[in-house]
Amino acid sequence: MSHIKVGLKPEQIKAIQDICKSFNNEPGELINVLHKTQGYFGYLPAEVQEVVAANLNISVAKVYGVVTFYSFFTMIPKGKYPISICTGTACYVRGAEKVLDEFKRILEIKVGETSADGKFSLSCLRCVGACGLAPVVLVGEKVYGRVSPDGVKDIIKEYQD
Amino acid sequence: METVKLTIDNREVEVPKGTTIYKAAKSLGIDIPVLCYMDLHDLKVENKPAGCRICVVEVEGRRNLAPSCSTDCMNGMVVKTHTTRVINARRTVMELILSDHPKDCLICPKSGHCDLQDMAVRFGIREIPGQEFAEMSTYKKDFSPSIIRDVDKCIMCRRCETMCNDVQTVGALSAVNRGFMSVVAPAFEQDLEKSPCTYCGQCVAVCPTGALTEVDHTAKVIRALSDPTKTVLVQTAPAVRVALGEEFGMEPGTLVTGKMAAALRQIGFDYVFDTDFAADLTIMEEGTELLDRLTRHLNGDKNVKLPILTSCCPGWVNFFENNYNDMLDVPSTAKSPQQMFGAIAKSYFAEKLGKKREDLVVVSIMPCLAKKYECQRDEFKHDNNPDVDYSISTRELAHMIKSFNLNFAELHDEDFDRPLGESTGAAVIFGATGGVIEAAVRTAYEVQTGKPLPKIDFTELRGMDGIRSATIDFNGLPISIGIAHGLGNARKLLDDVRDGKVSYHAIEIMACPGGCIGGGGQPLHHGDSSIIKARMAAIYREDAGKTIRKSHENPYIKQLYEEFLGKPMSDKAHHLLHTHYFKKGNKDIYI
Repeated sequence: MSHIKVGLKPEQIKAIQDICKSFNNEPGELINVLHKTQGYFGYLPAEVQEVVAANLNISVAKVYGVVTFYSFFTMIPKGKYPISICTGTACYVRGAEKVLDEFKRILEIKVGETSADGKFSLSCLRCVGACGLAPVVLVGEKVYGRVSPDGVKDIIKEYQD
Repeated sequence: METVKLTIDNREVEVPKGTTIYKAAKSLGIDIPVLCYMDLHDLKVENKPAGCRICVVEVEGRRNLAPSCSTDCMNGMVVKTHTTRVINARRTVMELILSDHPKDCLICPKSGHCDLQDMAVRFGIREIPGQEFAEMSTYKKDFSPSIIRDVDKCIMCRRCETMCNDVQTVGALSAVNRGFMSVVAPAFEQDLEKSPCTYCGQCVAVCPTGALTEVDHTAKVIRALSDPTKTVLVQTAPAVRVALGEEFGMEPGTLVTGKMAAALRQIGFDYVFDTDFAADLTIMEEGTELLDRLTRHLNGDKNVKLPILTSCCPGWVNFFENNYNDMLDVPSTAKSPQQMFGAIAKSYFAEKLGKKREDLVVVSIMPCLAKKYECQRDEFKHDNNPDVDYSISTRELAHMIKSFNLNFAELHDEDFDRPLGESTGAAVIFGATGGVIEAAVRTAYEVQTGKPLPKIDFTELRGMDGIRSATIDFNGLPISIGIAHGLGNARKLLDDVRDGKVSYHAIEIMACPGGCIGGGGQPLHHGDSSIIKARMAAIYREDAGKTIRKSHENPYIKQLYEEFLGKPMSDKAHHLLHTHYFKKGNKDIYI
């Protein structure tokens, strides 16, 4: 796992300290603290984990252990346009995997990764409640329905600003 | 005490409530195999994650098999430890563990001492079904100055994690990732060198496989021995002589001082010296520093820092540099005996020989893995030439003795060489928890009071309790002393001192449980803490058998001061025998 140096600003350190404090710096609240912290930063880079560890008085190794155990937590920042492909049952049977493969091919990244220019990131999710539109793709908050592999490049083109 | 009655393998047994099936069976002489489980009873350490499932047994009325290491006995339980179902399950577990385990046992550094290998032998495993389909882990090897991590050999028993986090509170290692990718690693899977690891080596001491081993320097030592331009000196730490015999099948606690000296001479060291000499020297410097700080404190000097903390233990030094970097002026500035020996050998003794320091090679035999790192620290080098060139462990020395075709048990006792091989009983006890401070008291008392000690054995400073304290009467002046061994205990004691809950004049701290006798470089105890106790008894036997038992009475120490150093804490002594400490980590800016 790459050790991304973000160079935390004092106000960012303060924000993490405040989150920890809101849970009384209780070591048992680690998962809740990480959840809130990821909500603030969008991801959990190494230095952020170090601050959490110092304030909850647990080892950085333990914090990293928890971050890498739960798939919800990520150490990689999401792209400017986060792309999510629904791989729930309905979307899956309607060809979501082929759509996903096309995104992977064009963006040259895997699921969970972010493109080198920081523009796109790719993730999978399970059912957005729009099964009638399967297969469904989300870019940020915008929903695309009945996406075919051929339509993928057009979606990406919309965001080539 | 409330008890429960149960049946194990058709035999009735009554045990205290809360006893595990594994322990109840053991009391009947039934030896259930265990792998991840580890019980260091005397040190109050138990690892029972029930992760490996080797110890499963059948309990009547229970649907699945129960892990005996972590299942408590209940009234009326009927337990079977060797039914076909149990034996098949155990074999399957073993085969699964072995399916992705490297098969290079012949060249593995743990070969012959590996619990997994023993278990495969015990079960008579002759084939591993389906291993041709098994995915193998290919994790990078991590080489630190002291410890090698080869986690392809990790079986996730998590004993190292228990030692590193619960016992030592170092927090360098944790289980990370999940499923097949899970592994025990430092934060961000960085190298150990970038973690808060203190190199205490307790993880190595309990690792059942070759996943955690020491960096082996024996080849470098052999190369130096065969170089005709080099004069090779060896020094041996006090704890080595009470444990080395175990590597040759002797009873734990056998004293092999004389045989060890003979072996080292036959291996070809030009001078067989003793770290104990430097331990006496440490007492002269550290004891003087204690008295100096104490006198200034009693005279009302507000700048003086008390308590004084011992600084012989490099694992402990690494720990406080990481965790107590606001207190870096509290520990004694005295170097450890290993480094004092190196500094004197490459100055005073080199002058005596008429040789340049570059022509001397100083080798140390240590019960410790942190010593390997310590001798590589920049402040212990002179023009890039280290005071101590190579530090090898007790285990490495045993390998050398075997590979030099010596029949260790048959060797005749020999003495150390003079002058750096002469030592007192005070130096020997450095090897056990409480020993350094007892040695310091023996000298400080006589120097302070000008009177001979009424008794020489301070039994109140001895023992296996993790944190101990005692007050010693210095002829009307009560001196309070704290002792901790194991870094978790050290943390507790230091936190109390920092918070002002307790106050001491002097504190001894040793990183390893039991002190150096339980060091990470000692023969593996395989979870049997009675071995550490036997070594401790041997240390005090060696002390009692010495003619001189106070450091300041060592004639060669007196000579060293007369001929070379002047007096304790002189400018020259300061230059050669004292050091300073560095802040590590950036924890403080995040809180």
